Amino acid sequence: MKSLGNVRRSYAPWEDPEAKPYIRFDKITKRFGDFIAIQDLSLDVYEREFFSLLGPSGCGKTTLLRMLAGFEEPTSGEIYLDGQPLKGVPPYKRPVNMMFQSYALFPHMSVEANVAFGLRQEGMARADIKERVEQMLKLVKLERFAKRKPHQLSGGQRQRVALARSVAKRPKLLLLDEPLGALDKKLREETQFELMDLQQELGLTFIIVTHDQDEAMTMSDRIAVMDAGVVSQIGTPAEVYEAPNSRYVADFIGSVNLFEGTVAGTANGTVRLAGPDGFDIEVADDRDFATGSQVALAIRPEKITLSRHRPESGNAASGEAWEIAYMGDVTNYIVKLDGGKMVRASTLNRQRSVDNPIGYDEQIWISFAPDGGSLLDE
Amino acid sequence: MSGRWTRFNITSVVLGFAFLYLPIVLLVIFSFNESRLVTVWAGFSTKWYRELFNNQGLINAAWVTLRVAFLSASIATVLGTLAALALVRYTRFNGRTLFTGMVYAPLVMPEVITGLSLLLLFVAIGFDRGFWTVTLAHITFSLCFVAVVVQSRLVNFDMSLEEAAQDLGCPPFQAFYKITLPVILPAVLSGWMLAFTLSLDDLVIASFNSGPGATTLPMKIYSQVRLGVTPEINAVCTILIGIVAIGVLIAAVANKRRAVRRRRDEQTAFDEFA
Repeated sequence: MKSLGNVRRSYAPWEDPEAKPYIRFDKITKRFGDFIAIQDLSLDVYEREFFSLLGPSGCGKTTLLRMLAGFEEPTSGEIYLDGQPLKGVPPYKRPVNMMFQSYALFPHMSVEANVAFGLRQEGMARADIKERVEQMLKLVKLERFAKRKPHQLSGGQRQRVALARSVAKRPKLLLLDEPLGALDKKLREETQFELMDLQQELGLTFIIVTHDQDEAMTMSDRIAVMDAGVVSQIGTPAEVYEAPNSRYVADFIGSVNLFEGTVAGTANGTVRLAGPDGFDIEVADDRDFATGSQVALAIRPEKITLSRHRPESGNAASGEAWEIAYMGDVTNYIVKLDGGKMVRASTLNRQRSVDNPIGYDEQIWISFAPDGGSLLDE
Repeated sequence: MSGRWTRFNITSVVLGFAFLYLPIVLLVIFSFNESRLVTVWAGFSTKWYRELFNNQGLINAAWVTLRVAFLSASIATVLGTLAALALVRYTRFNGRTLFTGMVYAPLVMPEVITGLSLLLLFVAIGFDRGFWTVTLAHITFSLCFVAVVVQSRLVNFDMSLEEAAQDLGCPPFQAFYKITLPVILPAVLSGWMLAFTLSLDDLVIASFNSGPGATTLPMKIYSQVRLGVTPEINAVCTILIGIVAIGVLIAAVANKRRAVRRRRDEQTAFDEFA
């Protein structure tokens, strides 16, 4: 898919207090019997944003999407689309289209007829429908397959038909429910970039539901990390990765080491932690934590350096390699500290040389800079 | 399973088929008998078929039967499909278990009871027995068969298909007949066929609920046989067997061809992709 030649511009309307959200979830609660699927959730999404709802299954992300499409009504609260409340508007009258996880292609219709379905429903002129369908099939590179039935297509092709069908009506908002879940890894990665290009090219707002953090990180402008019906954190991929606001988010996105500790003192933008793991930690953080409060330092494996000798500065602890996984581009280590704690570290293999890498049976040091991780009190 | 033809295998297959089809084969053979005596062979003849078409009583009965079967199968298919939809879709309404049980009860109810109770109902409300009472009775008992057949298909129906249609601007009722109905159509058609056949060969319920001028073919055959079997009856039955056999054959061939085509299509898609 060729993009229109424009370089992506930086885009951050959520930082502008004047910007009007395109979609606003206002204090939404949804109950199914006794089960609370969504609890008092508020969320803004801006026009042309690529927004991800990320969370484990059962966290309410699909319910949120279905409420936006109109298949569920919120128990309380209101959803606004472009300033208009959506309450009571049935799905077939909402200017929103959805791509279903199962693709939901109509099995008795050809690819062409599937894509044309929404347009026919709209009462578009026959010639215009033909033109639009051709255009859509070209966009997803399926021109040759127009006459096929869905069962005559491969999984990847079906996914593209579903995509073409959901954007055929040129909705301003497209909802995607685990759109890449059924594809294999390679195809998934290709399709991720295609989705991003498509979103840019058509100037759409995308809200995508996924449980795959890589997918969310790759494609999104912002991610909402959800947990049991509430949003734990909303932020850009870099924010949720580098500055998670809770143990849950730190743990859900990527892999992380958590050092639990007690605040021993704060001074000049530095917090000192006395850790139970046998070494003191200094963290660059200008928040004011009460001495004695329990916090955790979350630090990513790639922020940890391994060495044979104690480094001169920074936080350091000694241990030995417990598990080594050579991945090609990186090598992942699990280091057992002298105190017994297991720490994940990964090193980038920048040199091709395989001489003398850190191996088993030697005393090694892990170290990290004071600003390498973030302090969590939740 | 080994595909070997052992002596034991052959014997059991022959015995099994003989058990199933010998009576029918005899009936077919004797329908071409020259003699009026059913059990004595006197040479080949088609005269009983000719005679049959001059027997206005039998022709009338056949006509009534076809009309009853067509009408009752059609109405039972609509009602049975609706019942199946309710059972599959609305899983949370009060009394669903009771409703399910009540829809399926006629499947196991002895026909005599169904027939008798319908008769009592018609008498109680003063409904004159005839064509319509037989039709109503047939709708009642074949409805549940349709419901079972359609339900088994609906259970595997992906609800998101209908949601997708609505999402693309289709109101719910349109979504049903544009998307759901075409997808479940094979099951609805087999439900109709089943109801049609059930109505066609029902004797017990029809006997209870029929009235003057609405004698169905099975009733007619039964009453004639009580006066003695004639080769004419054999001829009617042979025609019936022929019709049913052709129907079954067409359905089987269509099914087989569809399966083969589908497998080939999937293989094509797979090969192109790989």
